[in-house]
Amino acid sequence: MRRLWYVMWKELLELRQDPRLFSIIFIAPVIQLTLLGYAATTDVKDVPLLIVDQDRSPASRQLISRFDASPYFSIAGTVGNVNDVDPWLERGKAWLALTIPADYHEAIDGGRPATLQMIADGTDSSSTGIAMGYAASLVNAYNQELARQRMLAAGHDAPPTAIEARIRVWFNPELESRYFMIPGIVALLLLVITTNLSSMAVVREKELGTLEQLNVTPITRWQLIVGKLLPYAVIGLIDVVLVITVALLWFRIPLLGSPVLLFVTSGIYLLTTLGLGLFISTISDTQQQAMMTGTFFFLTPMLYLSGFIFPIENMPAVIQPVTYLIPLRYFIVIVRGIFLKGIGWSVLWPQIVALLAWGIAIVGLAVARSRKTLN
Amino acid sequence: MRKALAVGIKEFRQIRRDRRTLMILLFIPVFFLLLYGYALNFDIKHVRLAVEDRDYTPQSRRLVSAFVNSTYFDQVASVTTDAEVNALMDRDQIRAALIIPQGLGRDLTRGVPTAVEVLINGENSTTAATVLGYAQTIIASESAQYEMLGRARIPGGTTVVKLEPRVWYNPELRSTLFLVPGLLAYIAMITAVVSTALAVVREKERGTVEQVRMAPIGTLPFIVGKSLPYFVISFVAAIGVIVASMVLFDLPVRGSVALLLLSLGLFLSGALGMGLLISAIAESQQVAFQMALLSSFLPTIMLSGFIYPISSMPLALQVITYIVPARYFLVALRGVLLKGVGFAVIAPQLGALAIFATLVMLLAARKLKQEWA
Repeated sequence: MRRLWYVMWKELLELRQDPRLFSIIFIAPVIQLTLLGYAATTDVKDVPLLIVDQDRSPASRQLISRFDASPYFSIAGTVGNVNDVDPWLERGKAWLALTIPADYHEAIDGGRPATLQMIADGTDSSSTGIAMGYAASLVNAYNQELARQRMLAAGHDAPPTAIEARIRVWFNPELESRYFMIPGIVALLLLVITTNLSSMAVVREKELGTLEQLNVTPITRWQLIVGKLLPYAVIGLIDVVLVITVALLWFRIPLLGSPVLLFVTSGIYLLTTLGLGLFISTISDTQQQAMMTGTFFFLTPMLYLSGFIFPIENMPAVIQPVTYLIPLRYFIVIVRGIFLKGIGWSVLWPQIVALLAWGIAIVGLAVARSRKTLN
Repeated sequence: MRKALAVGIKEFRQIRRDRRTLMILLFIPVFFLLLYGYALNFDIKHVRLAVEDRDYTPQSRRLVSAFVNSTYFDQVASVTTDAEVNALMDRDQIRAALIIPQGLGRDLTRGVPTAVEVLINGENSTTAATVLGYAQTIIASESAQYEMLGRARIPGGTTVVKLEPRVWYNPELRSTLFLVPGLLAYIAMITAVVSTALAVVREKERGTVEQVRMAPIGTLPFIVGKSLPYFVISFVAAIGVIVASMVLFDLPVRGSVALLLLSLGLFLSGALGMGLLISAIAESQQVAFQMALLSSFLPTIMLSGFIYPISSMPLALQVITYIVPARYFLVALRGVLLKGVGFAVIAPQLGALAIFATLVMLLAARKLKQEWA
């Protein structure tokens, strides 16, 4: 136990050597969370829309004012000719262009259907798809209103809708993407910071040659790994408290579940991220290698395949089993569950058990690997 | 220039000896592209749906099959109580539920308006918004079937205004075409920054930097020389990624190849310069690594317009994105690849990339000079 303490103490002293480390460990996560919390919004609003009004009548202006009033669109400009659309879309100054034909008001007044054309820039496929959906439902509502007016003018009663869709959204009724993203960002930041810190821990001694000195001390490889892990775990737990505080107080993310469970599961999660870092450290010869291995083989795949940004159910069936190997996947389900759904141990236990098993396995692997390098 | 070249050759020899790093730098980018190009997309299909049909009449079954036949929904469960819906939703076994009340069939036959309920898991708001749209469209078109009779007698019909959408550049709205240029920028940024971030600080840690200090070489040639081999490696890797995405994902190159290479070169110079600047500032490799990740890994994903549209961000944040080089590169890249635009259109972006590259290289050189003085 005393030896374990010495390894920890030595590691802490070494961490203190670099004055920049302090700001990286404690200030950077808060800044990152604040920035990313605002950036990571998939909400589509203020889509720049170009109007090609060939009609220039009160009827066309009425339609345009509908788009102008909608929070989803902002009118980027008005041109008179379809040929002028190209430069706007090429330069990305407009995503959508709405063309109102020259005979628009005649068609409306004459009881003929009028056709509007919408040209969309498909490069950002998902945002464009959503924006087009908004445009379609806006035109739809406008159409229904006009149809109703026509029926009343013709002396008919407007018929009610046969089947009304009553749609309720659970867990996030305002469809606020921030609620969904911020718990994920918390998990991601913890992974990036703690795994990277610890991935340098053993290999640095190798590179500097001090590992030989540790070899001749009576420290067992078990004590070495755990002693290296604990200081980082303390740092990690402080980071957990920091980022969760920012999420709650600054972003006002509702925490529906138990804060204790959140803290405990974060601790288990840190076991996996730190264990992973130490494992990377034991399989690398230089810090550069450790850094590359960590970023390329672990962090990036974990980020993309964890369901943080891209829904797992959209992935091909071959890839989906791979995602079960990623601890971030489980932790994201856990944090989102605790924050947004308020669910607890009874629902989340499979994820928690998986996370714990992963953590123990990876620390065990790191210990096993370190034997070879110590001998 | 000769001195820079000499530093470059020295650095290249050092890289060559570290086989694993070289392999990672050359082949990982293509491997990544394969993995993510296939795995990642935003196309929402097969939403898991539970159906609670309390009516069980031909009309209600018709509505259910309209959901299933749309291909957007997969019916994974039939339940009889709301509690079952809750449980399935909590366990993420379903994303949406359709609840049909008793009496739907009777009301529709009598011509009485009725309602059905749709529950959607809103955690992922983008997916939820899309699913919501699908559900609305399906129900509206089902509903229209029953309204036809009443509306047939309106003068001019019920369609007053019709919207005809046309999508340019990416007519099928394939998210791959949107994501692949972003992945390219991300992979290039990471390889470039990560590879150079340790280049100087490693010499500091090992003490070999003292020898370089005594050598008759200025800091700027030293910085340029350090980045040369990494420039060659990342350039080759990036071209590999582009060729692979053309072959595998039908990524079109609608603009000029020369322009593509120019923007790539400018972007890589900036990224390498950024890595070297970090390396000059940091005292230990551990710190350099953290700085590299926090300054390149996350901003390139989050603040570049790669995944999240910049126009939806708060204004203060939109201002910050102007210092993220990937932002300019992505506009240029998507312009050249998908839109086939010429030099004049992306000149501002290329200019910004060039300024960024020059600035970080000079800063790195100055920082080293201060230290060596």
